[in-house]
Amino acid sequence: MSVAHLIKTFTLWEFVKAHWLTLRYFFKPKATINYPFEKNPLSPRFRGEHALRRYANGEERCIACKLCEAVCPAQAITIEAEPREDGSRRTTRYDIDMTKCIFCGFCQEACPVDAIVEGPNFEYATETREELLYDKAKLLANGDKWERALATNLEADAAYR
Amino acid sequence: MTQTFQHWGLSFGAAWGLATIAGILLIALPLMLGVAMIIYADRKIWAAMALRRGPNVVGPFGLLQSFADGLKVFLQETIVPSAANKGLFLIAPIITFTVALMAWAVIPFNSGAILADINVGLLYILAISSLGVYGVVIAGWASNSKYPFFSAMRAAAQMISYEVSIGFILICVVLWAGTFNLNGIVLAQKGHVFGFINGFVANPLLFPLWVMFLISGMAETARAPFDLTEAESELVAGYQTEYSSMAFALYWLGEYANVLLMCALNAVLFWGGYLPPLDIPILYLVPGFVWLLLKILFFFFIFSWVKATVPRYRYDQLMRLGWKVFLPLSLFFVFLISGYLMATGHFA
Repeated sequence: MSVAHLIKTFTLWEFVKAHWLTLRYFFKPKATINYPFEKNPLSPRFRGEHALRRYANGEERCIACKLCEAVCPAQAITIEAEPREDGSRRTTRYDIDMTKCIFCGFCQEACPVDAIVEGPNFEYATETREELLYDKAKLLANGDKWERALATNLEADAAYR
Repeated sequence: MTQTFQHWGLSFGAAWGLATIAGILLIALPLMLGVAMIIYADRKIWAAMALRRGPNVVGPFGLLQSFADGLKVFLQETIVPSAANKGLFLIAPIITFTVALMAWAVIPFNSGAILADINVGLLYILAISSLGVYGVVIAGWASNSKYPFFSAMRAAAQMISYEVSIGFILICVVLWAGTFNLNGIVLAQKGHVFGFINGFVANPLLFPLWVMFLISGMAETARAPFDLTEAESELVAGYQTEYSSMAFALYWLGEYANVLLMCALNAVLFWGGYLPPLDIPILYLVPGFVWLLLKILFFFFIFSWVKATVPRYRYDQLMRLGWKVFLPLSLFFVFLISGYLMATGHFA
């Protein structure tokens, strides 16, 4: 044991240094944001809650091609389809089990008409599990609610697709 | 206070009883409130040093967080494990909590403001803080579960080891003060250094002892970095593992009451208790209990600060520090200080 080591040991030098460091951190600005009141910016590519979009005239985009259902790795999507009275091919059932979904974004990549998209919303916690089994009405309602944000994000990201 | 009650026409016995109960309530109720606020402060300080915000939602700045937690805990169900020894299991938290409050009886809050001004105050505190370990050991035994049991074994060994060195440190203080009475110890610190600095801590012979007392105090109250009794990475929650509801809350309150007591002891034994830091008349305009409170808060900040900085000790390191570093060092200081006092004619 050298003299310097002894002095360091008995003055608790390492501890003093460590406490000086934490004291400086004590007065630093916080790294965490004040979440419900402050939020971090989101990328236009953020993959949050799903939505089914409509065309500007109110017609739903989905043509029941079932590509999303096929590509979904978690098999969270269930689609049933039959021709409508006017002969166009539409879904009669479009369910997403949000408890299965892994938010990979393959459904929106697969969609030829930009109908199913993952929006910027991530605050949709529910109190029961059943509320997370989304049906077509819920997804269309999401689309209507978030259409402006969805359209902006798609436009912002269009150049890279 | 007894005289006031006698003035109201009560006999001495009744007045004394009433005054004692009033004194107990005057200490215990603010203490419980203080514990709730100190838990909040602990979390805030810890959070700030980790660049987090800490509790900030319940009440303004999250000030009511502890009360919300307390309410939640009170509304829970008390679960007694079927294999547990029911009587001991339920009495253990009561012991911890009661003992944590009992020691406050001899702390002088101001000149004259002391519940039990007994001449063996310091011995009383040593005795009471030794009793505190029973709550933990009984909990570990009565839970009949392996992690609480390990925790209880650790707690017993840890608290006994550090009490030895604390004892020797206190002997040095007593030698210098010449009394076991806590009020007397505070008064002995008046103008202790250069005639105008109050507190033994400014004395170069006693300063290292204060550092050792602070560290031993952390070990004694099982605070980080010596919180081996509830090392969550090894022992789930230590001796509290099987506890829920009020029983858990009693441990929670008792633990922090003990930490506050350690802070108060630091203030009383080394930093001049209710005296202002400097022996200047104008500083005496501030009431004594304000000085004591400020000192307690300062020490609590140190306790939280250490908790946020130092990682947990390994068990063998803890034992090594207690038996192979603190014990010889404190013995050496007993020798040194009594020698110094003899040579300078302190006892003459």
